[in-house]
Parts: sequence; C-alpha cells; structure tokens
Amino acid sequence: MSYCPNTPDDIREMLAAIGVAGVEDLFSPVPEELRAKSFNLPEGMSEFELFQRMRLLAEKNTQNLAGFIGGGYYDHCIPAVVDHLSGRAEFYTAYTPYQPECSQGTLQALFEYQTAICRLTGMEVSNASLYDGGTALAEAAMMALRVTGRNRLVIDGGVNPFYREIVRTYLANLEVEIVEVSPQQGITSRPALTAALSDQTAAVILQNPNFFGSLDDIGDLAEEAQAKGALLIASVYPISLGMVKSPGEMGADIVVGDGQSLGNPLSFGGPSFGFIATTKKYIRNLPGRIVGETVDRNGKRGFVLTLQAREQHIKRHKATSNICSNQSLCALRGLIFLASMGKEGFAELAKLNYDKAEYAKEVLGAIRGVSVLNVATTFNEFTLALPKDAAGVVEGLLREGIAAGVPAGLYYPEMDHCLVVTVTEKRTRQEIGALAKQLEGALWS
Amino acid sequence: MELIYEKSVKGRRGVRLPKADVPRAAALPENLQRREAAGLPEVSELDVVRHFTNLSRRNFSVDTNFYPLGSCTMKYNAKVLENAANLFGQYHPMTALLPGGETSCQGSLAMLHELGELLAEITGMDEVTTQPLAGAHGEMTGIMLIAAYHRAKGNRKKYVVVPDSSHGTNPASAAMVGYEIITIPTAPYGDMDLDAFKTAMNGEVAAVMMTCPNTLGLFNPHIKEICDIAHEHDALMYYDGANLNAILGKVRPGDVGFDVIHVNLHKTFGTPHGGGGPGSGPVGVKKALIPFLPMPRIIKAADGGIALETDNPRSIGRTATFYGNFGVMVRAYAYMIMLGKEGLIEVSEQAVLNANYIMSRLKSHYDLPFEQTCMHECVFSASRQLKHGVHAIDIAKYLIDRGYHPPTVYFPLIVKEAIMIEPTETESKQTMDAFIAVMKEAAEMAEKDPEALLRAPVTMPVTRLDETKAAREQNVCHAGW
Repeated sequence: MSYCPNTPDDIREMLAAIGVAGVEDLFSPVPEELRAKSFNLPEGMSEFELFQRMRLLAEKNTQNLAGFIGGGYYDHCIPAVVDHLSGRAEFYTAYTPYQPECSQGTLQALFEYQTAICRLTGMEVSNASLYDGGTALAEAAMMALRVTGRNRLVIDGGVNPFYREIVRTYLANLEVEIVEVSPQQGITSRPALTAALSDQTAAVILQNPNFFGSLDDIGDLAEEAQAKGALLIASVYPISLGMVKSPGEMGADIVVGDGQSLGNPLSFGGPSFGFIATTKKYIRNLPGRIVGETVDRNGKRGFVLTLQAREQHIKRHKATSNICSNQSLCALRGLIFLASMGKEGFAELAKLNYDKAEYAKEVLGAIRGVSVLNVATTFNEFTLALPKDAAGVVEGLLREGIAAGVPAGLYYPEMDHCLVVTVTEKRTRQEIGALAKQLEGALWS
Repeated sequence: MELIYEKSVKGRRGVRLPKADVPRAAALPENLQRREAAGLPEVSELDVVRHFTNLSRRNFSVDTNFYPLGSCTMKYNAKVLENAANLFGQYHPMTALLPGGETSCQGSLAMLHELGELLAEITGMDEVTTQPLAGAHGEMTGIMLIAAYHRAKGNRKKYVVVPDSSHGTNPASAAMVGYEIITIPTAPYGDMDLDAFKTAMNGEVAAVMMTCPNTLGLFNPHIKEICDIAHEHDALMYYDGANLNAILGKVRPGDVGFDVIHVNLHKTFGTPHGGGGPGSGPVGVKKALIPFLPMPRIIKAADGGIALETDNPRSIGRTATFYGNFGVMVRAYAYMIMLGKEGLIEVSEQAVLNANYIMSRLKSHYDLPFEQTCMHECVFSASRQLKHGVHAIDIAKYLIDRGYHPPTVYFPLIVKEAIMIEPTETESKQTMDAFIAVMKEAAEMAEKDPEALLRAPVTMPVTRLDETKAAREQNVCHAGW
C-alpha cells in the first residue's frame, strides 16, 4: 500500500514521454557505489491490519490514570468542536500560507489567534506560534539578547526545570552567562534577584504561576529589571489568565507560554504550541511567522504573512530565528478553544480550576503530617510538604492507578519531601477525596 | 469575511463547563486580580462552527487541490493514520518521568523507540532522537551535537559550510548555534562548486550541511568526494533530510558518509502539514555522536522494556519540553509500517517518475536552467515569460484561478524567476496532464495576453494583496474591544 495511483499503462506512457526504458533509469544520476547497503524493513500491510497493530501497541499503556500531574502539561476539557473544526481537511492538509489568495482561511484564523494571545496576555503583538512553551522561552531569551546587546540572563529557579534546561541548551554555544536564582518558600526571592541583577543583564526570566504553583505580582520585578535596562520575560500558564492580572499589566516586555492547555490533547507531550507576545517596539525582533492585515486591489480586507524579512527563507543566517514550520494547527485549536469558551466561559474556567485546587489544597493539607509549602496564593497547582520521601509515595500510588503529583525532588534535590499537585476542572470532588484517602494511606499505613 | 470578534454579542455563551462540585474559594488578592476579562468573542457554538467551517473553505489543501509546492512534499495524508493516532490521544507525558512511571506507558515509549530504529535503518544511522519538533529544530539540534562532538575533542571550531542553494534554515540553524557561515556557490552543472568547496575547507570548519538531492532536485554525483574531503578536515557531514522522499531504499545518507541527518516526518512520511505545522524532525547520528544526544534518551532496558535515560552529563541537554511531537510521530510510524519496505521504495520511484514526467512535458514551454534527469522535483525559470512582462508570481496566481495550488516560486534563490514543482508520488498521470495543460496555457497567455495573467487571481475571495501596506502598518492584532 503506497497510495501511488499510476497504472502500468500510465507508467509506460510516462516513461515514453520522458524517453527512458524504465524507472530505474531515472536513478542513473546516483552512482552505483552510493546505493543503499541495506533497507531491512518489515513488509507492508493493509490499513485494517495496521489499525489492529496500533491498537495492540496502544493497549500497552495503562489507561485511565487519574491525573493530578501537571509540570507544564495539563489535563483540561476540550470541546468537541475543536477536533471537528481543526480536523477539516482544508485546514489540516494545507501548508504554510505562502500564497495568500488561496490561504485566507489559515491566514485569517492566525490573525484571530494573534489577537486572542494579545488580549489574554495584555500585550500588543504576537507571532503565529512557536513549537512549545520551553522553546518559546529560549527564543524569548535570544530575542532579549538581540534587543539589549547584552550577554547575561537572570532566571528564577521557579521556572519549569525543563524550560530552564532548554534555555541552557539553546545558549550553550553563545557565550551567555546564565544566573539562576533560588526561590524561597516556593516563590521568587526579591533580595536574591536584586543581587543577581546588573547593568549587563539582558533579561530577567520568571514564570507565573511558577513550578510550585505560586502566583506573584511581578510588577515590582519588571520595574527593577527595566530600571537596569533589562527586559522582563514572563512565562505564563494561559488558563490562569482567565482571572489573574495579565503579564502585560504587570509590566512584562515579552510573554511566552505553552498552548497545550488551550484545546490540545496531552498526546504524550506533543504537539502543542508555544506562544510569544511582546510590545510593538520589539516586533521586528520577534522570531517566526507573523500575519498582518492589509487590503487587496479592490480595497477589500485580507491577510498576509508579513515582516518576512526577519525570517530564514529571506535573511538566512541573519534571521531572527531558524524556525520555519511552526505549530499552526495547534494554534488554530487554541483559537477555536478560546472562541468556544468565550469571554465569560474562559473566566469561569479559570475560576473553576482555582476553586477545585483550593478545595484540594485544604483537604490534602489537612492530612496528618502534611503541610502546604506555598506561602503565596496558588492557582491550580500547589506544593505539599510530606512527612516522607515524595518519590516513594508517588511510585506506590502509581501502582494503585493514581498519579498523585510530581515529586519536586526530581528537579530540586533538597525538596525530596515535596509533592507538586495539579487540580484542573476535570477532577471531581470525589476524585480529590479518593486521592486524599490514598495519600493518607500511603503515608500512615 | 467578518472576524470572529466582529460576530461577538455581549452575553452570548458557547460551551458549558463541568459542575462546580466544590465550595467557591475566596477571591484572589486584589493585586493579582484581572480587572477586565480578556476580550474573547462572545458567540454560540453554532457561530463558532459556521465561522471556522467557512474560513476553511477559503483554503486550498491537498484534499481539495493538486498542491505541487516544491520542497514541501505535499503528498496525500492517509486517513487511517488519524484513526491510529487517536488510539494514543490522552496520555500525560510526565507519567513516564515519575518514579516507576515508565511501566505505565510502554506502548508510547515502544512506539518512539521503534520509530527511531526504523528511521535509523532508512537513513543508515546508528541512533535517532525523536525530540526535535520540526525540520529546522532538527537542524539546530544536529549542529549542537556536532558542536558538542568537536568541543569534546578540544575545539568546537568556527565555521559551517553551506551551498548557496540550501534551504534558508541551514545557515539560520548554524548561526543559532554560534557558527559563522561559509557559502559555496553553485556551479553551472547545478551542484555545489567543487573547486570553491575545496578552497573553502579548512581545519576550523565544524560541519558541511548538504541537501541531496539538492533544492534544484538534482542528485550530486560528487557527494561521496565531498564527504571525504570534509572528513579529511575533521568536519562532520550534515544531511538535510527535506528531500528524503526521493531516495527511500535507493540511497542511505549514512552509507554515503553523512554523520548527522534530520528527517521531516511531515514531508516524507505522510503526516498532514496543518497549515504550517506541527511538523516533526527526528535526528539520526553515527555512533561517535550518540553520547551527546538530548535527554531524555529513549533506550531499551536490560529487561527488554523501554526506558528513559535522563542522567548523561555529556548530553547537549534538552531541546524540547518532552519527547518530541508525539502525535505526529505516531502517524509517521503507522505510515512506515503500513507501506513497509516495498511501499517505501515505490514512493521514491513514483515520486521521481512523476517529477521527470512534468519536467519533460513542460520544458518546451519553460526554461530549464539545469537540464538533466531530476529526482523528486524540478525547477523551471519563468525568464522566457519575463520578456513579456510576466513574472513567476503571475503564473502562480493564474494557477490559483485554475484550481491549482502554485508550485514554490522564487526558491531556490539562485534561479531567477524560479518555479519549483514537486508533484509527489500520490498524484496520477491524469491529474498531472491537466496541470501540464494549464501550465502550457499560462505560457501561451504570457505571449498573447500578458495582462490577463497580471490580473489573476480573480476567482478567490480576495485579489492580490498589498504586502507593503501590511509591513508598513504592522496591524497584527485586531483592535477595538
């Protein structure tokens, strides 16, 4: 099965038109000694056999683990329309809208997406998506280095450990100094951050809510960074923006995040999308594609890819980034998700997450020997201090079919008793009760 | 068409949320509260459905139109791949990283591991990382691996060599990793100028990045010699896998002498392009580079299960949040095992046959700057039509009116008025004949009625758009809420 439609007659006629005897002749530019030494692949199969094979493979996953894990990916409701509309072949099997007249569907949708991101984050401009939250943060860091011409970054330890690792990996070859600031009691330490900041700092990088779930009004940190000529980069969790003051209002210069929670399935970590938004003055430093509004020859509104002179296919090694394919379809899913939720629905969704997590925090925090680490307000994730090593507890509960949270000690060795618990709108009161019971059992029986 | 925001009516609601089965919590502290709800549209579910359905109808796509966009491999995306991928939908990526968590996601991990093994066999490499999220991301990851390899030997070196016909991502990716670029011109025979290459090579070159067949659709007969010369200077060879669709089962870059390769799964292995992504760009390497692969690395454990290696200090680190674009990889894996060995060989044979057929049928009407047997795509020039004031873009716009997505135009940059056609293997002779007839018609119109081409397209929702105005005004976010 290879979906090649040409019949033997077609092939004969085509070979005759080309003027060769057989298909193999078309490979004559490939010298004999360069031919494949091996191509040891299995025999093909029909789509029916394939489906059975894939089902057997998928069944090796343990299904229906009740999820209290987050760490950058969140189990949220996805309205049915998201799958149906983003699955329309006209969106799904198109490519980058290089020819705008026959790609207005994708282009207008991306313009609407950019608008949604600007309105959520309180920023002025957004691009048409990046790969994921971690790579978006790395791109933002590189953008800040370009804008300021400086070579030092201050990154808060409350930023997702994977994101920090991606930033380090991206910058490993660029002679950039990265200073990490340790959080105190689950929140950014003001004195430590002030001490790390200098007039060589290109950007201060924060996450809100941070890895431990703590919310912070980072307005003072933005002012402090900007007073030193540095940019403030905020990595945010988009669902929280339904009720939390936007990073734009808090004074951030660049805002990034992962769009998975906006209508993209968990899908074992991808695909989702990264978003990046900033102020108008930095638009030419943005990485990736941007859609802009314009008019056609009759003055009718239309949309095109714009400011392409920043991009690799024009600027080559002088481009603002190497990114070409982004995550358009996932961004479209994000837009459809947000449109379905709507203004009131999205605010309600955020509140629901907050309420359920607050309830869970109270119930779990009341277990003997357990306390809540966060001194700050949290959104839908919080950190518990357990009387036992958290990794062992999680491993035990996983065997009982419940993913109780992420042991903080995996990424913060000194926090081996801490457990980061996530509660989204999908978790019921009953499931929270069951988690409390099982956690108590794991700690005390 | 109105924007979704312009359809908004105050107080209108769409989706209904799960019940609030817990007590309402106290409000957020004042300084953290959002003062005004974000200006999302207030629309009904049907409003959303009509809006996006109608928007989708303003797109050309593979499922609706022939889409011979050169360099992008716009082949048919088999529907069963969607069904297969849905089997793996809701699984949290952190599960695998929890203590004891690997056992609960053996299906997903096994798929990733097997995909890596299949890709290693297809490309002649020793190990594959699935982490890179797109082709360009794979390039960057590959160059980082090369930098780590050289650094481990004491000198990460300074330059990366690319031919001027390369994809723009090649020099851009190398620059992201801190390398300076040496660009080699293309010789009159259509491949990288060998003498210029030899002159440019020195001990400070870390890597040479090649696409083979190149962006002109030509297989470089000197590719082995180029690999040998690079290796003599202790430079590594990077293979840009964008054009892998031409050589499945015919050539393996690893056999030829390449050290690192990325594969665009969304091109060669039939996953949908999604209007510009998600893609997936796994990277294959030879043995010497395995120690530097990104973490977590997916390995076969002693007990036969699949495990994650997360603690290798020599690794370059992490280039994406989790294991790559898993959902794209499931589709590509399903595609590979469904087609199997014979099917994949047929893919390349028919892709090359189709491209040569179009080339031979159109060369009477369009200039062919490099006239020789091509691989999976062919590059014409509209220079003959330019004499009548017709540019490649005008021909492209006319094709839109006739129901064809245009080929890639103005790329590669080294061909004036380039028209780059990649039919792929999934198109029939009859589809191509109809396309060829319209291309000939456009060439004839360029002589007889060039004005008509300059007016095109006239059948779309919009006529040609003012790109200068867009760039000047930078209106990238709808105002007014």
